[in-house]
This record gives sequence, structure tokens and C-alpha cells, in this order.
Amino acid sequence: MEGSGLIVSSSPHQHTTVSTPMIMSDVILALMPACLAGVWFFGLKALFMMAVCVGSAVITEAVLQKVSGRPVTVRDYSAAVTGLLLALVVPPDLPLWIGAIGSIFSIAIAKFTFGGLGQNIFNPALIGRAFLLASWPVFMTKWRWPIHEASWMPKFDAITTATPLVLMKYMNIKAPYANLFFGQVAGCIGETSALAILLGAAYLIYQGHISIRIPISFICTVAVVTALFGQDPLFHILAGGLLLGAFFMATDYVTSPVTPRGQIIYGIGCGVLVALIRLYGGYPEGVCYGILIMNAATALVERYTIPRKFGEVKKVA
Amino acid sequence: MALRTFKGGVHPRYNKDATYAKPIKSMPSPGKVVIPLHQHTGAPCEPIVKVGDEVKVGQKIGDSKASLTAPVHASVSGKVKAVMKHPQSSGVDGLSIVIESDGLDTQDESIRPRDNIENLSSEELIGILREAGIVGLGGAAFPTYFKLKPPAGKAFDTLLLNGAECEPYLSADHRLMVERPSDVAAGARLLMKAIGVEQAVIGVENNKPDAISALREAVRGDDRIEIVPLGVKYPQGAEKQLIWAILGREVPSGGLPVDVGVVVNNVGTAVAVKEAVIDSMPLVKRVVTVTGSCVREPGNLMVPIGTLVSDIIDACGGTQLPPKKVIIGGPMMGIAQYTTDIPVTKGTSGILLLSAKEVVVEEPLACIRCGKCVESCPMNLMPLWIAGYQEAGRFDDCERLGALDCIECGCCSFICPSRRRLVQGIRVAKAEIRARRNAGR
Repeated sequence: MEGSGLIVSSSPHQHTTVSTPMIMSDVILALMPACLAGVWFFGLKALFMMAVCVGSAVITEAVLQKVSGRPVTVRDYSAAVTGLLLALVVPPDLPLWIGAIGSIFSIAIAKFTFGGLGQNIFNPALIGRAFLLASWPVFMTKWRWPIHEASWMPKFDAITTATPLVLMKYMNIKAPYANLFFGQVAGCIGETSALAILLGAAYLIYQGHISIRIPISFICTVAVVTALFGQDPLFHILAGGLLLGAFFMATDYVTSPVTPRGQIIYGIGCGVLVALIRLYGGYPEGVCYGILIMNAATALVERYTIPRKFGEVKKVA
Repeated sequence: MALRTFKGGVHPRYNKDATYAKPIKSMPSPGKVVIPLHQHTGAPCEPIVKVGDEVKVGQKIGDSKASLTAPVHASVSGKVKAVMKHPQSSGVDGLSIVIESDGLDTQDESIRPRDNIENLSSEELIGILREAGIVGLGGAAFPTYFKLKPPAGKAFDTLLLNGAECEPYLSADHRLMVERPSDVAAGARLLMKAIGVEQAVIGVENNKPDAISALREAVRGDDRIEIVPLGVKYPQGAEKQLIWAILGREVPSGGLPVDVGVVVNNVGTAVAVKEAVIDSMPLVKRVVTVTGSCVREPGNLMVPIGTLVSDIIDACGGTQLPPKKVIIGGPMMGIAQYTTDIPVTKGTSGILLLSAKEVVVEEPLACIRCGKCVESCPMNLMPLWIAGYQEAGRFDDCERLGALDCIECGCCSFICPSRRRLVQGIRVAKAEIRARRNAGR
């Protein structure tokens, strides 16, 4: 009725308080322990890398949306999440301008060209990393000493060393569990400290933002496959980017299946690929490519794992 | 022991604190009532009184010859002032009978305690319920007599009474169970007799311990009726979910509870059944929860059918904040109204007045494919896909994905962090699919 001022809309009239921007900012919050660990082990350079990557991701998204006449949605924090994740999966000594280019690539190519938030097939941060690895392979595989170094690591020269997976694969040197757990190893900015990652992951699970289906099936599969091939499964869980990838990359809503069964299959697929790349691939680490390949399979996995409708009777052949 | 419940669902804030402990109060007879001739599933009634007629409480004023319908009765005594179209909570202006009350509430002569109840046959019971205009009081207003007759080749083995009351804010059923448990039990026994079963289960969400213990007390010594506490989760009271939770039986897609030998009735309906059979009083009043932050004195009111919502709000002390949304029913499945000049019908379980603070209209954001709608769907559907195909106009795909199985509980839209209008889209798809089917006939 005119003038009544009553809002008429279709039910439900009540909603959860959880919103997309809230989830995204919670992801950023959950990444804080890993960020702090990165700064602790690799110094302020790590912080600059995070700032540059987040800044360029957000600016890229805002500019592209503005130019193309779309609503600017950087306030949903999704671009910031992408930028931050990219910063966490590059080496600490990577020149900042390369980080910026990776971040721009992530948003412009891997996200925006697909149609923006929710439409991209591949995880933008991982596409950014893959792009940088292909473009600047030397920079992307140069590893530095953590500030709080550990005596077990072989010194190549004054500042460089290798990641635990490289040392394992090519020199058969196994990093002690404690160093891997706390993060006193070489590696990407945010991947070295299992403890920090697990703290953040626990927060996301507690908040109900991620289910454990993908990370647990992913990690367990890596453990099982590496054990089957005679390697130490615990080492493979703690070393490299597995934990960061399993809890923060593979669980990316947009690029992983929405079906519960599909999520388990997807996690297992990621795990098999990562283990095989680590064991037999040309790279010592396979988390990035393992997840990206499974991203490509997400639509297919979903299609075959549509839940059985309640009351759906099995068709009699 | 884990409580029995169903798969999926959500946990909305229940917001029942304002009313759940408030005893049912009878509302003073209103000056006039507007009784719609179509307040149930099925065919509308034809008026059988005309302007100027004197009517009494319980007198039949509308009926139909259709097989699926429910007659309507005068809820006050007085004079028929008009037979006219009047706004109604379903959103359409339906033909209604307006009665001006004489304030005496004189009952029709036919209303006197029935004797020989023990000797009533199943058919006679069902006939009484039809004549009394009993419909499901949980909200759907499906004629009760109709679902008590099993289709050929099918039979009932269990009666379920729904006391879940999972809709937030509502407490009408809760109060009935606490205050009139023996009427609920009496209604249950009559319904059991009508459908010829020896087993009944009353399911109540476990957040109503007083209702559970009152009912247990009322059925003590009658081991045919069991009271089952249920998990507190929305939509626990949805028919198929209730059957699954209590009996572990799955109503087949497109089927009815009778396909698994069950009939489900609301506890409020059971009380109405008791009144219709034992007191021979047709359905002329019901309990309505009046609540929401705008209402000065929230409560549970026994109101004559046809009372205007505006009169009921006045009876609750009026409003203390300007309402931004007036909802008939609960916040999950209720219907928002554009006016309070609408009558309470048999299906009106609640009147909810929300203030501007509670009515935040958020624009939908992009779907981030979080999968929460899939996880929460109690029917195991893929809401994001069905709603997506609906937006694209691909109704065949909506149908293939089970749009017609959607029970419109609204869990998907409730849980969506991007506030996408999922169930709203699925409703459009269902309407379109049905329209196409009818057109193809």
C-alpha cells in the first residue's frame, strides 16, 4: 500500500550474519600467523612483499572494474586475499616488482577475464605463482636463510640454501621435524611454519568457513602415497607448501567443488598429484600444479557427485 | 544420546524469548471479522449466507462441492455486512464474508458436546472433520479430512504429530502443548481412530522441555503414543524431514507421507480435531503468536478466524516502533504483507512485526561457490545451480536438478554469505515448470 512504508519481499526474512566480505576478512585474519612467521623468519622484506602484492591486487581489480564500467567490489576483500596468498607463496628474496607483476596477472588474467569473483576456474594466486615461475625461474627458486637459522642446513654461500624438499629430493638430507614444524627452514614466505598455518586453519574451521573435507583428504592422500613409495609421510606433510596449499588454496570456494563428495574426491586428486610430482616430477614441489590441475577438474567432479536428492528413488534398469 | 534429526538445515536465531513463556490469552471479540472463502488448499467455498443474515458462532457460512476443500464458519455472532473481495495474507484479494459482531458470541444450536464418540466409525470421524473445516494449522492449511483417506492400495501404520515448531519467533504450538496436552493427546487418539492405526508419535524440538514433559504426563498409561524429543534445527518441522527424523523413512520424490504409511498433523490441528469431534465446535479460532520488536506486548492469542491483523496488534498494546515488515507466519517461510488490513486465516500461525533495524535489505553479491547452500539443503538439492539456471531461463535444467522437490524452507537463502536470492529463484522456477506442464496438457 502506498505510504505504508512496509517492505514486501519473498521469504526468508532472516539471514545468517556471515557474509562474503566477513569470510574474506576472516581468511586474511587466519593468514596472520603465517604472515607473522614470514616476517619473523625472513625479515621486513616479507612484509613489503605482502604490502606490494595486496596493494597491486586491489588496485588492479578496482581499475579494471572502473574502466569496464562495473561496480567496484574491492570491499569484498577477495582481491586482498589473492594478493596476500600470492605473497605467501613466493621466495623472500623475490624482487618486489616481480611480486607486483604476479599479483596484477593473478587479478587481471586469472580472475577478471573469467568474469570476476566466483567465475574463475583456476585459483588466481596459484596462477600468479605459476606465471612467475615460468617467467622468472631463477628468482622464483632462489632461497635464503631464515633469520633464525638452523645449524643443520648446508650452506651454499653466505645467504642462499635450498628448501627441505630440494634437500630431500636431490641430496637426501632430511630437515628435522621441529624445524619444519616451527618454520626454521628455507621456503616461500608463508609456507615454512606448519604451526602458524595450522593455527590459522583451526580458526577457519572453527568459524565454519571451511570444511575439513578437502584439506584432510588432500593431506592424508599425500601421506599415504608417499608412504607407499617408501618415503617419510610426516616429512612430506610438514615440508614445502602442502599445509598452506591444503588449508588455504585447495579450499578456495570458487575453484573447488561445492558438492561434499566432490570435495573429498578433489582433495584426494590434489594429494595424488602432489605426491607424484614430488616423487617423480621435474620439480621438487607439486602443490601449486597439483591444485591447479584439480581446479580444471572441478566442474567435472561436481557433475558426477551431485548429491542424491532426498526421496530420490534409484532408477530400476 | 544424540537427538533424532535430519540431514542439512540451519540454525537461525530462534527469538522465541518474548512469547514462549506467555500463556495463551483469549482476545476480546473484535467488532468485525473478515472470513475469506478460500483459506485452504483446494477449491474456494461458495458463500451460503447473504448480506443481512444473522449468523452465530460455528454456523457454516461457506462450502463447496469440490472434493478438496474446507468449509468456513462464522467465528462471531452478528450480522453479515458484506460479501466482498478483501486483501488477504496470501497476497490476493479473495472473496470474503464480513460479519459485524453483536458482541454476544452466541453459539450455533448445533454446537453441543457430542455423545457416542466411542462408536464413531472412521468415515464418520473424517466426515465430522470435513464439516468442521479442519485444515492443517501449521501453515499450509491443507484440508485434514482429505489426507486421512489413504489412496487405493495404500495404508497408514503411524500417525505423526508435529510439535517441532522450528520457525523462529513462533510459540503458538509450544503453548498449546504446555497448556492443553490432554487435548493434543485426545486429538491424536481421534486421528489414530480415523486412520486406523495403533501407533502415534509426537515429535517436539528439544528446546521445549516443558512441552515434552506435559505431553508425556498426558499420555501416561497409553503406550500407543510416544513423545520423541528432536534436535533443534530448522526445518525440523518440515513434513518429510520430520518423518525421516522420527521413523527413518524417506518420502519418495513427488510422493506423499502416505507412501511410507504415515500421516503428519500439527499439534494445533490435533487440538482442533478434539474440539470438532468432542465439542462439535468447528474451526473458528486459533492460537496466533504476535511478536517482533515492534509489538508492545508480544504474546500468544486465541483469536477468532477473520480477525483483522490491525485489531490484533491493537489488542497487544499496539506498536512501540514503526514496523518495517509485517510477516504472516515466521521469518523463514512467512509472507510479508503490504498492509495490516488483512484477516487471520486458519493457516496464520504468527504475526511478526519487524523494525527497520531487523529488516536490512542487502543487495546480492557474486556467488562465491562456497557450497553452504548445498550443505544446508534438507532435500539434498543444489540451490546455487537451480537458481542459476532459473536466472538463465533454463527451466528444463531446473527441473532436471529437482526444483520441484524444493520444500521452500529457505535454508539456502538464509545461509548464503552473498545474500543471493536462491529459494526465491527456485520458487520462480517451480512456478514456471508447473505453468509449462499445465500448458502442455
